[in-house]
Amino acid sequence: MWPNKFDYVRAGSVDEALSSITDDGKFLAGGHSLLPVMKLRLDAPEQLVDIGRIPELQGISANGGLTIGAGATHDAIATSADVQAMCGALASACGQVGDQGVRNFGTLGGNIAHADPASDPPTVLVAVGASVNIQGAGGSRSVGAGDFFVDLFETALDDGELITSVSVPDLSDHQSAYVKFPHPASRYAIVGVCVALKMNDDGSCDHAHVAVGGATVKAVRCSSAEAALAGTTVDDAAVNAAAEAVKSDISEWLAGDIAYPESYRQQMAGVFLKRAVAVAQG
Amino acid sequence: MQVAITVNGVVHERDVDPRTLLVHFLREELDLTGTKIGCDTSQCGACTVHLDGKVLKSCTLLAVQADGAEVTTIEGLAENGEHHPMQTAFWENHGLQCGYCTPGMIMASAAFVRDNPGASEGEIRHYLEGNICRCTGYHNIVKAVKQVADAAAGA
Repeated sequence: MWPNKFDYVRAGSVDEALSSITDDGKFLAGGHSLLPVMKLRLDAPEQLVDIGRIPELQGISANGGLTIGAGATHDAIATSADVQAMCGALASACGQVGDQGVRNFGTLGGNIAHADPASDPPTVLVAVGASVNIQGAGGSRSVGAGDFFVDLFETALDDGELITSVSVPDLSDHQSAYVKFPHPASRYAIVGVCVALKMNDDGSCDHAHVAVGGATVKAVRCSSAEAALAGTTVDDAAVNAAAEAVKSDISEWLAGDIAYPESYRQQMAGVFLKRAVAVAQG
Repeated sequence: MQVAITVNGVVHERDVDPRTLLVHFLREELDLTGTKIGCDTSQCGACTVHLDGKVLKSCTLLAVQADGAEVTTIEGLAENGEHHPMQTAFWENHGLQCGYCTPGMIMASAAFVRDNPGASEGEIRHYLEGNICRCTGYHNIVKAVKQVADAAAGA
């Protein structure tokens, strides 16, 4: 399948990309979300501005937290020692995207701009309170991941704005995990759950981060599940309570299809929350 | 748009429509039809090649994105008239039936074993989730990859 015809511009810098983009244009990074969409004629931009060679968008740096360039590939994030140390769940989620060929070229910025509800990294970014750094012709701004994902394939990005990086807090003192129920054919998440637990020395849980994706039209932070874990020893009773609470947390955002309806995914969110807690606690 | 892409060690300069996918460039511009188009949605792996040494599904990259890069296809895997060990192993273990997935399987497996000598059967099966075969049931494919992985670890 050939994509639609478009004008192609290769940008050497963020400024050049921002000044090149037209009203009907899209930014092209790895292309592993955008090109499939274009081949299926779900989108037909008249211009692509290739940002894949812009040095400022590359790299992962650790300085009290992680700054991940929008052009960092899933493989680079999954195998980064800094990401593994500061946010193990994010490394795990990026390592579960697609397959090795996809992870070699698909980028974090492209992934979140696409905002596929069944993708893995958004669920972790929402859970841990990451922020998305955005640049546009009018300047730069930062949006919390929870506000960045608005609805199905819809983000807070305005026309002509470019994601430059994602900031992730240092959670090296948390136990975190991302666990998904992969679709048997596509490997996309039917349900994906991220849990990050901050445990006190006395064995109680100081606080918890929980988010669910796949089952929902966008990654959703689950505050009542978090409350059900906080202050407990994360024993069976607390985890069961969180697994019940998570179902109400996601109830207004549920998505489903004929094979995996909303009610089933809602139930599985509870099951996979329990698994995520177990993996986080190692 | 003018591109210069090195394929199997030879630089090819062409003026391409920007919407040309790398797999079309390889098959239709260069007549390198060993690389197959299967699902055309980056799931099946029939179009797998190496781009600067990394496994890539060539149906999901524009040729203009590969400008200046080095591509290796199944036609370029053999050296000095000798099959790559992965090609030999697929032959010896009969890791194919219809053969359509084979070029992609071999390209993906060759890169995997290069990076993971001594890989276990479980690791091989997990890695090959990006390459789909509808004939073999994977048994002989995994046997072939394991043979090369074991040999690489012993070397």
